[in-house]
Amino acid sequence: MQQWLARLVPAAAADRVVPPTGLTATLTMATAAAMAFLAVFALALSLAAGRVAERWSDALSRGATIRISAPADQVAAQTQAVITILQSTPGVAESRAFSVEETKALLQPWFGPDLPVDSLPLPQLIEIRETGGGTFDPEALRLRLTAEAPGAVLDDHLRWRRPLAEAAGRLRFLGGMSLLLIGGVMAAMITLAAQAALSANGQVLRVLRLIGAQDRYIARAFVRRYTLRALAGAAMGTFVGVVAIAVLPAASEQGGFLTGLGFHGLDWLWPLTIPPLAALVGFWATRRAAFRVLRDGM
Amino acid sequence: MIELEDVSQSYGGGDLLSGISLRLAPGTFHFLTGPSGSGKTTMLRLCYADLLPTAGRVVLFGQEVRELSRDGVAEARRRIGVVHQDCQFLDHLSLAENICLPLTVAGRDAGVADLKDLMGWVGLAAQANALPPSLSGGERQRAALARAIITSPDVILADEPTGNLDWDMSLRLLTLLAELNRMGKTILIATHDMHLIRAAKSQVQARVLRIKDRRLQLAGADL
Repeated sequence: MQQWLARLVPAAAADRVVPPTGLTATLTMATAAAMAFLAVFALALSLAAGRVAERWSDALSRGATIRISAPADQVAAQTQAVITILQSTPGVAESRAFSVEETKALLQPWFGPDLPVDSLPLPQLIEIRETGGGTFDPEALRLRLTAEAPGAVLDDHLRWRRPLAEAAGRLRFLGGMSLLLIGGVMAAMITLAAQAALSANGQVLRVLRLIGAQDRYIARAFVRRYTLRALAGAAMGTFVGVVAIAVLPAASEQGGFLTGLGFHGLDWLWPLTIPPLAALVGFWATRRAAFRVLRDGM
Repeated sequence: MIELEDVSQSYGGGDLLSGISLRLAPGTFHFLTGPSGSGKTTMLRLCYADLLPTAGRVVLFGQEVRELSRDGVAEARRRIGVVHQDCQFLDHLSLAENICLPLTVAGRDAGVADLKDLMGWVGLAAQANALPPSLSGGERQRAALARAIITSPDVILADEPTGNLDWDMSLRLLTLLAELNRMGKTILIATHDMHLIRAAKSQVQARVLRIKDRRLQLAGADL
C-alpha cells in the first residue's frame, strides 16, 4: 500500500535524505491501521447511539398513554368518558383504546402466548397521538381525568423518555470520546515512532544541518514519510473495519441496538474521513516531533 | 568573511582555546597547525557555527552567530564548504547524490555535465553510483572535497583533508584548493602535515597559524 502511495505521490528529492527504517515504518502503519479499525467501530457506535436517541425521543415524545384501573363494571364507562375528554382536548390528534388482543400482544414477550388475559385484572390502555403542531397540556388533562374518570392515570412517557434519551446521548458522547482518544493515542504512537526514527538518524540530521539544510527541509522529509505511512495504515484499517461492520447481522427496526450497530445510507461515507484525518494526525505529530528534536538536539 | 574576536572555548571546565582572534579576509589562504588535540577541529567548528564560543564573538559574513536564527545559521553554512575529517556522508545515498546534497538542500539542481566534470576532476567518475561505505578512505576524502565545493562557496574549511590521501592525491587536492583561492575563495586548512604546507609555498601565498597552549600564533614567516 505504501509503495502504491509512494508511486502515486512521487518522492521529493528531500525525502531521499531519510534512510528507510523498517521497524518504525511497520510500527506506524500497524498503529494507524489498528486505530482506524477501532475508529470505525467507535464511529458506528456513535452514529447508532445517535439514531437510537432520535428514534426513542421522536417516538416517545409524540405519544402518551392513559391507563384506566377501575372496577370491571366501570371500565367501559370510564373509557368512554376518557375518549370523550380527549376528543375535546387541544393538541390531541387521535386517541384509541387498546383491544384485549393488543394488550395481550404487549404482554406476550414477557409471559408467552398462552397468557389467560381474561383472568388477570389488566388495566385498559388508551393510546394518544399528539398533533404535529404542539403538545397538549398534561396537567390540565390530568385534572379533567381526575374529575371525570377517577381510575384514569395519564402517562406522558416523560419518565421513560428522559433516561432513555440521556442514555443514548451518553452513548453518543462515549463514541465521540472514543474517537478523540483513538486520535490521541494514534498521535502519541506516531510521535514516538517519529522520535525513534529521528533519534536513530542523528547522523543524517547532523550532516544535513552542516551542509546548510534548514529545519523545515529536514522536517519535511520525515513528515511526508510518516504522513504517508499513517494514511496507508489508516486506509487498511478502515477498509477492514468497514468490512467487519458490513458483515454484522442485518439491522432491522426490531433488531435492537446491537444489530443496529452499523452505517445506514450516507453514514457509509463517514469512515472515508478516517484515513485523511489519520494522515492529518500523522502530519502534525511528526512535524512537532521533528522540530522538537532538531531544536533540542543540534 | 569569518572573524573570531577574543574567542575562548571550554570543555568540562577547562579552556581548550583561549583569547583567539582571527580574521579570514576574502581571498586569503590559511593553514592551521598544531599537535593533535590542540583544538584545530574545535576552531574550525567555531568558524562554521557548529559550536558557540564560551566567550568572545564569532562573526560570519557580518553577523554575530549568537544573533543568527537557526535558518540564518543554515544560510551562512551554505556559503561555507567544509571538508570534515571523518567525511560524514549519508550512507544510503550514492556518491553522486551525496556530492549534490548541498545543492539539493538549497533547492538547486546540479547540472549533469558539471557533476561529471567535478567527479572526474577528483577522480571519482567511475564511483558515481557507489555507496560511501564501499569507498576507500582516500576516495571518501576526495568526495568530501567535491561536496564542499559543489556550491562554489565563499569559504572552504578543510579539516585534515589529506589525512587519508597519498602524496600525489594530496598535491592534487592542494592544487585544486590553490585554484579555488585564485578564483577568490577563502581557504582555511587545518593540518599537521608540514610537507603539505611547504608544498603549498610554490602555489599560493598562505599564512600559517599555529595553536599552542590554547592560543593562536603566527607560525614563522608567511609562505
